[in-house]
Amino acid sequence: MFSSRLFNILIPVISVVMGLIVGAIIMLSFGYNPIEGYVALWNGAFGNMYFLGETIRQSTPLILTGLSIAFAFRSGLFNIGAEGQVFIGWVAAVWVGINFDLPLVIHVPLAILIASLAGGFWGFIPGLLKATRGVHEVIVTIMMNYIALHVTNYMIRNVLSENGDTSERIKETASLRSDGLTELFGYSQVHWGFIIALILALFMWFLLEKTTIGYELRAVGYNKHAAHYSGMSVKRNIMMAMIIAGAFAGVAGAMEGLGTFGYMYTHASYTNLGFDGIAVALLGANTAIGSVLAAILFGALKVGALRMPPLAGVPTELVDIVIAVIIFFVASSYIIRWVLLRFKKGER
Amino acid sequence: MDNYVVEMLNIRKEFPGIVANNNINLQLRKGEIHALLGENGAGKSTLMNVLFGLYQPEKGEIRVKGKPVKITDPNVANRLGIGMVHQHFMLVETFTVAQNIILGSEPTKAGAIVDLKKAEAEITELSERYGLRVDPKAKIRDISVGMQQRVEILKTLYRGADVIILDEPTAVLTPQEIKELINIMKALIKEGISIILITHKLKEIMEVCDRCTVIRKGEGIGTVNVSETNVDELASLMVGRDISFKTDKQAANPEAVVLSVKNLEVKDARAATMVKGLNLDIRAGEIVGIAGVDGNGQSELIEAITGLRKVESGEILLNNKPLTNLSPRKVTESGVAHIPQDRHKFGLVLDYPIGENIVLQTYYQKPYSKYKILSFKNIYQHASKLIEEYDVRTPSPRTKARALSGGNQQKAIIAREVDRSPDLLIAVQPTRGLDVGAIENIHKRLIEERDKGRAVLLVSFELDEIMNVSDKIAVMFDGKIVAEVKPEETNEQELGLLMAGSNKAKAGDV
Repeated sequence: MFSSRLFNILIPVISVVMGLIVGAIIMLSFGYNPIEGYVALWNGAFGNMYFLGETIRQSTPLILTGLSIAFAFRSGLFNIGAEGQVFIGWVAAVWVGINFDLPLVIHVPLAILIASLAGGFWGFIPGLLKATRGVHEVIVTIMMNYIALHVTNYMIRNVLSENGDTSERIKETASLRSDGLTELFGYSQVHWGFIIALILALFMWFLLEKTTIGYELRAVGYNKHAAHYSGMSVKRNIMMAMIIAGAFAGVAGAMEGLGTFGYMYTHASYTNLGFDGIAVALLGANTAIGSVLAAILFGALKVGALRMPPLAGVPTELVDIVIAVIIFFVASSYIIRWVLLRFKKGER
Repeated sequence: MDNYVVEMLNIRKEFPGIVANNNINLQLRKGEIHALLGENGAGKSTLMNVLFGLYQPEKGEIRVKGKPVKITDPNVANRLGIGMVHQHFMLVETFTVAQNIILGSEPTKAGAIVDLKKAEAEITELSERYGLRVDPKAKIRDISVGMQQRVEILKTLYRGADVIILDEPTAVLTPQEIKELINIMKALIKEGISIILITHKLKEIMEVCDRCTVIRKGEGIGTVNVSETNVDELASLMVGRDISFKTDKQAANPEAVVLSVKNLEVKDARAATMVKGLNLDIRAGEIVGIAGVDGNGQSELIEAITGLRKVESGEILLNNKPLTNLSPRKVTESGVAHIPQDRHKFGLVLDYPIGENIVLQTYYQKPYSKYKILSFKNIYQHASKLIEEYDVRTPSPRTKARALSGGNQQKAIIAREVDRSPDLLIAVQPTRGLDVGAIENIHKRLIEERDKGRAVLLVSFELDEIMNVSDKIAVMFDGKIVAEVKPEETNEQELGLLMAGSNKAKAGDV
């Protein structure tokens, strides 16, 4: 028998490989050369320091939204609201970045802290409604996404600018970019946020696996009746899980505001960071380390895809198909599990 | 020569790593009730699934009415006249009895329209012939569990079964419903139907069965005539060693009152009052058994005491200190332990390792955690100690609780609850679904706890268990304690009447 740990590693790996194979078949059937396509993808993601920097930059918010969704999942909740929490975190970080004059060592942490509190507040509302009134968090978080989109657009036009479509730039003391880092990575948009994302991944792992808080959250996620029976407050844990999940996504927004862009612009629709986070969490088996690895893969696919049209003539839409196929195989991990078990049985 | 309707000869069935059935013979005579006896995990269900076509045997032969057959799937079994009533019913709740029965073989008129009238008439006819008394127009969700089971039996008859397999049919029934089922089984065999009864309840075998085939750890032990055997012999055949049924215990030494419940009123989730002014005292060093038919407020009473449900009015005192409407954690900390009725829903986090389940109520205390950081070293040290002390069979303390057998899961819960040295130990259906070996062990534990001077509250729907273990029996009916009797001064008939709310209730002679 396979151990469950081996299973958890094998399934996403096989999913990715299957996704790449099916992607190759699709490229072939449309008359493109899949080897050229994948070489362009690889070089476009890791080919030189510039592309590596771009991949890291793209992965950073995905790690955090992945953590947000994984964390909620582990506590038995489905946080569709990471999207909205990203918006709120982004606008909060930019607001602090513009309106305070502080030394760097205080300004950056303060902006990130306020972003996490704002995202946490955006998660708290559905958590509160779920805990006290039993309203399903999926419904509320979807609605909260719309509210976040339009509230931030209003804020940008009326508070962070004078009727403009972009906010003012944040002060240099709030920026996550640094000249040395930019130069090292070939003048890409990479910023220090990647380190923050890794630290928060470590934090999530520690909180969930090593503390009594995580013990309670996971118990509530697995079986809330048993959690209640053994004296844990199910309501408090639901609210806490949503606040922490919201805070992770809020920090993802701060990464965009303080790192990638340095300002915020009005959005016509979602950033998709929150929705991609669902796929990241799924591929990462809802673990911290898994989310980090899955986010890097997604970031690499997204950044590398940009080089496929000029170098191999493959349209970017195809990369979206490859990503979709990978998610498809992860979601149908049951099939892979079944095939593996069959295979194992055949060996006996 | 014997007239066998079904013969299973030298059946062997393997699963990866285990032999579930080895060399098992079962020969079913026409018109007999044949018991298939074995402990949980002995291979009873595997054998029946082979007969019903869900598994293919590696070796052996199945004959139906003398002819060798290959049963490749349940449809083949149905065509050969073999029907099975599973322990968990396969019924559509929102359909009527008739709709459920015809599902999959609907009679039609004009080629496509379901002829429900015709089906209902046929079902009424069948139901009268076998004394099943089922209304074909009633909806499944509106009828009792016993009635639902009869619908399942009707379903097999409607499909023309003359061999019916009943998988632990009495596990879900009240004593009264069990009596009815026994009458139905007798009516069925009179009409020439043959029955295989899967069970581990020995009393039922003695009462209704003609012959009994015993399997132990996947091996066929043999077939005995029930008239030539007794409960003790059957038990030792099943377990492989002698079992004592009368739980040995000294007389109780009741001391001060530990739990005192006064005029308690509790509502259920639908806001119906389920506990209606209940009074109950339990003393240190005694076991009080609550006898009653399921649904008379027992669950609500226990949930109210343990803080899981709100008390509307009245008072609960533990050692003279108020316990009313405290949180479950406060109740636990005041010295109450609770072995819950549903060990999967309440008792365990099945996806947690068994070791982490053992600290489910104490994880936040030293030495299991410090400054909110868990000490897995101390947790597993403690768990290993309890696992050994209480003989929980698990490959490792890090094995998920889900992977353990029901008996070992229950032993782990008992270890956890008893180890906290509670003043009051509440055990609800502590032996449900367990085999005789495990039951014996758990009863022994409860009595040990009593002898250590703890108050024990036992809730059970098994009268045998109540009679055997309790020092005092409180009969619960319609949300009240209607009588308190001593087990040695009463019998099952009297308890049955009291549980049904009969007015002949003796004035409580405590």
